Amino acid sequence: MENLFVGIADGLRSSLGGLPPELGEAIVMLVKLVAILVFILVNALWLVYMERKVAGYMQARIGPNRVGPKGLLQTTCDIGKLICKEIIIHKDTDKVVFMLAPVLVFVPTLMVFAVIPFGKNMAAIDMNIGLLYLLAIASTSTIIFWMAGWASNNKYSLIGSMRSVAQMVSYELPMVLAILGVIMITGSLNMSDIIAAQEHTWFIFTQPIAFLIFFIASVSECNRAPFDLIEGESELVNGFNTEYGGMAFAMFYLAEYANMLVCCAMVTILFLGGWHAPFGLDFIPSWLWFFIKMYIVMFVIMQLRWTYPRIRVDQLMGFGWKVLVPLSLANIFVTGIGMYIYRAIGW
Amino acid sequence: MIEKATALVEELSKKFDYVEVNEQSTVIIPADKLLEFMQALRDDYGMDFLTNETAADYPSENKFEVIYNISSIEKGFTIMVKTSVDRDNPELPSVFPIWGGANWQEREIYDLMGIVFTGHPNLVRILMPYDYEGHPLRKDFQWKGGRE
Amino acid sequence: MIRTQEYNLNFGPQHPSTHGVFRIVLTLDGERVVKAEPICGYLHRGVEKLAEARTYTQVIPYTDRLDYLAAMLQNWGYVMAVEKLMQVEVPERAEYMRVICGELSRLASHLIAIGTYSLDIGAFTGFLLAFRERETTMDLLEELTGSRMTLSYARIGGVADDAPEGWLDKVDKFMDQMPACIDEYDGLITGNEIFQARTMQIGVLKPETAINYSISGPSLRGSGVDYDLRKAKPYSVYDRFDFEVPLGTNGDCFDRFDCRMKEMRQIVRIVKQAIEQIREIDGPVRGKVPKVIKPPAGDAYAEIETSKGIIGYYVVSDGSPKPYRVHVRRPSFINLGYLDEMLRGYLVADVVAILGSLDIMLGEVDC
Repeated sequence: MENLFVGIADGLRSSLGGLPPELGEAIVMLVKLVAILVFILVNALWLVYMERKVAGYMQARIGPNRVGPKGLLQTTCDIGKLICKEIIIHKDTDKVVFMLAPVLVFVPTLMVFAVIPFGKNMAAIDMNIGLLYLLAIASTSTIIFWMAGWASNNKYSLIGSMRSVAQMVSYELPMVLAILGVIMITGSLNMSDIIAAQEHTWFIFTQPIAFLIFFIASVSECNRAPFDLIEGESELVNGFNTEYGGMAFAMFYLAEYANMLVCCAMVTILFLGGWHAPFGLDFIPSWLWFFIKMYIVMFVIMQLRWTYPRIRVDQLMGFGWKVLVPLSLANIFVTGIGMYIYRAIGW
Repeated sequence: MIEKATALVEELSKKFDYVEVNEQSTVIIPADKLLEFMQALRDDYGMDFLTNETAADYPSENKFEVIYNISSIEKGFTIMVKTSVDRDNPELPSVFPIWGGANWQEREIYDLMGIVFTGHPNLVRILMPYDYEGHPLRKDFQWKGGRE
Repeated sequence: MIRTQEYNLNFGPQHPSTHGVFRIVLTLDGERVVKAEPICGYLHRGVEKLAEARTYTQVIPYTDRLDYLAAMLQNWGYVMAVEKLMQVEVPERAEYMRVICGELSRLASHLIAIGTYSLDIGAFTGFLLAFRERETTMDLLEELTGSRMTLSYARIGGVADDAPEGWLDKVDKFMDQMPACIDEYDGLITGNEIFQARTMQIGVLKPETAINYSISGPSLRGSGVDYDLRKAKPYSVYDRFDFEVPLGTNGDCFDRFDCRMKEMRQIVRIVKQAIEQIREIDGPVRGKVPKVIKPPAGDAYAEIETSKGIIGYYVVSDGSPKPYRVHVRRPSFINLGYLDEMLRGYLVADVVAILGSLDIMLGEVDC
């Protein structure tokens, strides 16, 4: 079990032995990326269902239970319906940008997944500067929200996308600063190295403040309640995607869950020990541990959404700049001193 | 409560010679004394809460009756004040400067009954569309469609 | 060259947070409100005009459609005005049935108010939790009146029918459960840090202004003005119950919300006392009223406290079986009169919070 996916990749590689090695490697890479793509899409679909079930049970109701066993096919049917719907483009939109935004919205998310190690030796590309790459790519999604809001030519969308830019810029900063603490300890930007460094102690124990900051900032980064200001359905009527319908809307909707997946994966990698098994429970394969941890984080994020009201835009900014940024700077300072002391003691 | 209201009404009828009182203790005042009377009512008698302001159309007497129900928060009773305005020239001073609560109520009366309140800051239609013609609550308003 | 510019935002009539078809044209500077122009009338049905062509009894179902969340209270106000006009005595048991049904209506309305308010602030769960108890209330009302929302339970001179067998016990049992549910809402919504940050010191309404602008109901009491008609000039049998009038201190959105929350606990108290007292009283639930209702010529104004504020009915009779003029003093409508000044200087998100805290009902605003 442990080497299930690695084994599949190796088997594929050896069966392609007749081909020139460059070509064989390219095909294996292609298969890996397609597998990740399928994984994300299936997950996004299933997460919508999970969200609705969690919401249902939290709200004293049942949630979807009609389509398929236990309602499992509900989102599949929803997407089917949305695909069939006409995408309405009203006459004042910037048509090219308007249609480009939902197409591009998945791109940063998909690109990010290339470097995420799902298990032992299970990163599609084991990049040296994986973390930097991930942060750089993930932050480009702001542009897409901005494109959608701007091209819609709707004031609600415009306000929503303005908020999205402000929010992402101000939460990117504490997020990166929080990660710095982890990087200082491991001394590497490579995700596999970061995970390897957590073999004995997860960073959630050595860097609790950084974990909290990172968690809050990443909830904000994927626009989830209580930070879902850019959608804010009770004030901005869904903000940047007000004008979208049909599959264009569904793309934004699914991208939200794909983004959540990235955030949960990041939290797992950076603070929850990645694919390391806790308590020596090694008989469960590493990739399964990774998913278990990821879904626990996901569950917490979902519970947050169905518990908290939305905060106001000035409170959001205030919280980001006045609380999270100074706190993360202080965390770096304390980490530095701590490391110096540890080294002086000679651990 | 009712005794208190009746006592106040009697006091008013003694103080102001233009005040008439009918058997239901309703105060009836002429339209030209409206503002003066209302101001005194609020300032001197503590009637600080304009509960209700409305109008009724009496074409047979060629008049609109404008009805004010005014309460006192502290004492907890309500009196009814009525005034009449000529149906051909329905103009009445607004009580908005005295009670802000008259703001929308007077707009509504203007909209549905067609009484013009002079001195109201924003006397435009409120329930009917801006370009609507006629005032539906007048008795001579012609139904269009409907059951009849 | 960079310059700033104010722009208009059309808030409604199709907007999820206007609680119906209400429209505000906001002039914004960034996200800050410079000016707000409320526009209503999208649900205007001309109830007052329609009433002139119906008999006195036929008007009762129209009053249901004003504030359809607390229909009994609307019926009650109307029949009280006609009763005042006709000088009819209402039997004691009928008065108690009105109180129980009316307070259950008020509870249903307050549950919606707090539920939708938490939805306005962005917490969806509070909304559905409030609906859970509202469902029970609706079931009880349905058993009594045959209808869930448009009750038409009050009749001139009494109520439609006596309580079915065992109904009072069911209400009593529900009232026993209610305080625990209110605690639950308090824990989820009222006590929430973000909720408080969103609503405290927002949309502050000073007591003087509130009185001057004829604002009534929990919106007035949130500003600390002790004016509840049930206490200030008790109608029906309200002087026989022991209850308090919850008041706010700051007059902000939170106080208005909290007043409703605390009022629900008082509703429980009133209903429990009413049930205790009604068990001692036997008798008819309809007074001696002629078959064709023809009040003597004259006019009458009666007002009661509904969940939204003071509802008043002004009824003029010319001696015929149809009312000559019916006017409704709608609390939601008049509470909105100060909205423009209240919104100025706040953010778009606060617009939703302030409008929600006034708890308007568009059926009533537009009449």
